[in-house]
Amino acid sequence: MKYEDFNDNEYLEELRKGGVDVIVGKLDELINWGRSNSVWPLTFATSCCGIEFMAVGAARYDFARFGFEVTRASPRQADVIVVAGTIVHKMAPVLKRLYDQMADPKYVIAMGGCAISGGPFKKSYHVVRGVNTIIPVDVYVPGCPPRPEALLYGMMQLQRKIKVERFFGVVNHKQPKSENPDNEK
Amino acid sequence: MEKIKNRILEVVPEAVVVSEAPLTVSVPPLPFYDLARRLRDDEDMRFDYLVCMTGVDEGESLGVVYHLRSTVYGHELVLRTAALDRENPELASVVDIWATANLNEREVFDFFGIRFINHPDMRRLFLRNDWVGYPLRKDYNADEKINPVRLESEETIDVAPAYEASRDGEVEEIEHVLFKEGEYVVNIGPQHPATHGVLRFRVQLDGEIVRKVDVNCGYIHRGIEKMCESLTYPQMLALTDRLDYLSAHQNRHALCLCIEDALQIEVPERVKYIRTIMDELTRLQSHLLFWSTFCMDLGALTAFFYGFRDREKILDMFEETCGGRLIMNYNVVGGVMQDIHPNLVHRIKDFIKYLPPMLKEYHEVFTGNIIAQQRMKGIGLLSREDAISYGVTGPSGRASGWACDVRKIHPYGVYDKVDFKEIVREDGDVFGRYMVRMEEILQSLHILEQLVDNIPEGDFAVKTKPIIRLPEGNYFRSVEASRGEFGVYIESRGDKFPYRVKFRSPGLPLVSVVDLLARDGKIADLIAVGGSLDYVVPDIDR
Ligand code: SF4
Repeated sequence: MKYEDFNDNEYLEELRKGGVDVIVGKLDELINWGRSNSVWPLTFATSCCGIEFMAVGAARYDFARFGFEVTRASPRQADVIVVAGTIVHKMAPVLKRLYDQMADPKYVIAMGGCAISGGPFKKSYHVVRGVNTIIPVDVYVPGCPPRPEALLYGMMQLQRKIKVERFFGVVNHKQPKSENPDNEK
Repeated sequence: MEKIKNRILEVVPEAVVVSEAPLTVSVPPLPFYDLARRLRDDEDMRFDYLVCMTGVDEGESLGVVYHLRSTVYGHELVLRTAALDRENPELASVVDIWATANLNEREVFDFFGIRFINHPDMRRLFLRNDWVGYPLRKDYNADEKINPVRLESEETIDVAPAYEASRDGEVEEIEHVLFKEGEYVVNIGPQHPATHGVLRFRVQLDGEIVRKVDVNCGYIHRGIEKMCESLTYPQMLALTDRLDYLSAHQNRHALCLCIEDALQIEVPERVKYIRTIMDELTRLQSHLLFWSTFCMDLGALTAFFYGFRDREKILDMFEETCGGRLIMNYNVVGGVMQDIHPNLVHRIKDFIKYLPPMLKEYHEVFTGNIIAQQRMKGIGLLSREDAISYGVTGPSGRASGWACDVRKIHPYGVYDKVDFKEIVREDGDVFGRYMVRMEEILQSLHILEQLVDNIPEGDFAVKTKPIIRLPEGNYFRSVEASRGEFGVYIESRGDKFPYRVKFRSPGLPLVSVVDLLARDGKIADLIAVGGSLDYVVPDIDR
């Protein structure tokens, strides 16, 4: 792939191209600046990708540099859940409950092939084919396991996504039900 | 071997000797239990270690294969038996002979529906209680509609079914009460930072004292064994890395050895050296990760950063040579994927110099700490007899005084050419298991030191046929993975797909002793025990 072909999700910033109200917009920016720089992940890992997730949390890659500060063991205190690893049938209700226990606003990163689509275990009788069938996903990070840099990139994409959110006056996800694949399931 | 064969035929005249090397005997179900008892107890046989237990769908009947080894004489035996009635398969349980059969029989029940008579607790091990069908049977219906992804949690059962034979041979169902009414049961996991992944314990407490631990597995059961049945042999290799991802090279090494054995491929000397070096590097990074996470479990967070810092150096070597950091996909049938990177040798040499001072620092910051010592010493005692009976191998088994290192018992790679010490300690407590790993790090460095300068020239792989078909037969090979004996059992019917594949994971026996070790201790010690056993959950669940 050529460097120029790389698509860096430019549409994200375009969402706000139409302009925003001065006062409310500034307030939004302030809140988003704070929120996007303090996204604490949940300590959640089921398999191999979880080890890489730990490695990204450790000193060499250190996601605390970008505001992912510490992982929280309780879903009540976490802002983002990084689904690192395979989700199987028996785990599906648990993941759903963990997500439901997190306080809004909450985000989901699907890390690795398994979380995205079932990955190498797609054909298995006991593996969920993608966590987006259970919970809505914000960022997909492909790989098996993804490189630490890829995960960092994915996490920073999430920050960009948070930065264009609006807090005051408008609804963020104003999609009709039929257009949103997450609602159908 | 001749003697054992005759002894078996003496006890059970109907037994059929299927093959001589390894000695495989097929025994009808009725006299099986008595034979098993004799095999363990008789002075000249003493098969006290059940290595691996595998269910097989044999078409007409549902069979079970037992791999036995004697820790006294070192001889090995494969026993086969089968439940003839497919609708109502029943076999005698051997739980009271080999304790490791407990979880293994539950696994066979889960996969094949064979009920074991006199087993105390016949629940499913991995799948949900409301799962329909037995997935490893050949006639299993995999329709999504029968077993959809359910989003409501399964009901937790406190009364397990069990089957008992009365004196006149009638089998009746009895109730086995796990937790009585009014007992205080706390749920730990599956999402809990101290269970090392998605393992679930139900713990009965009396104040702070643990009275019973009920282990619930299956939260990461990926059905690898069933998937293997529809994959070709080279395709299968990719899945072994993902079982115990901290022993990726070793697991794959075992499968490659098993296939190479069956095809009678002799790999070049260079390959053996490279594989051994990679195995030891894997062991190093796994033990470093053990140190990081174990100390973190006991509250020493700094250790996590130290351990990961040093582990990254090994991951860099893997990355240069194999292309992957964690899942390397490096061993292939007949050799390795590509030659080693020119930097590898000097990186290893640097690392051998680098690590010992760091280890000293580890000991200074953690091992000598009085709080750490008090949390480790005398906690979670595992006796040698229990270790063998439960099949607890690897560093945890060696900490209980059982010399169970496969590198010494059945040398593979170039382990017969290098000099290293098998670390065996007698204490059997958390501290013992911790120290065995710390000392094994030094031994691994010592092995690397001897190998790294002597890698012979030559090919890094031999050519194999594009389509690999194993000759009909049964093959079993095991290696010493980071956590214990990792075995691969392949049953081939001559196709390019295996008929049945079973991975003998070191993890399953490790969790089976948690109840034994944590019972009557404090609840905080449960965490120390779990950390010191160092299981990897996807390896337990497969
Ligand atoms: S995507 Fe690959 S590395 Fe990640 S959990 Fe799945 S198998 Fe493991």
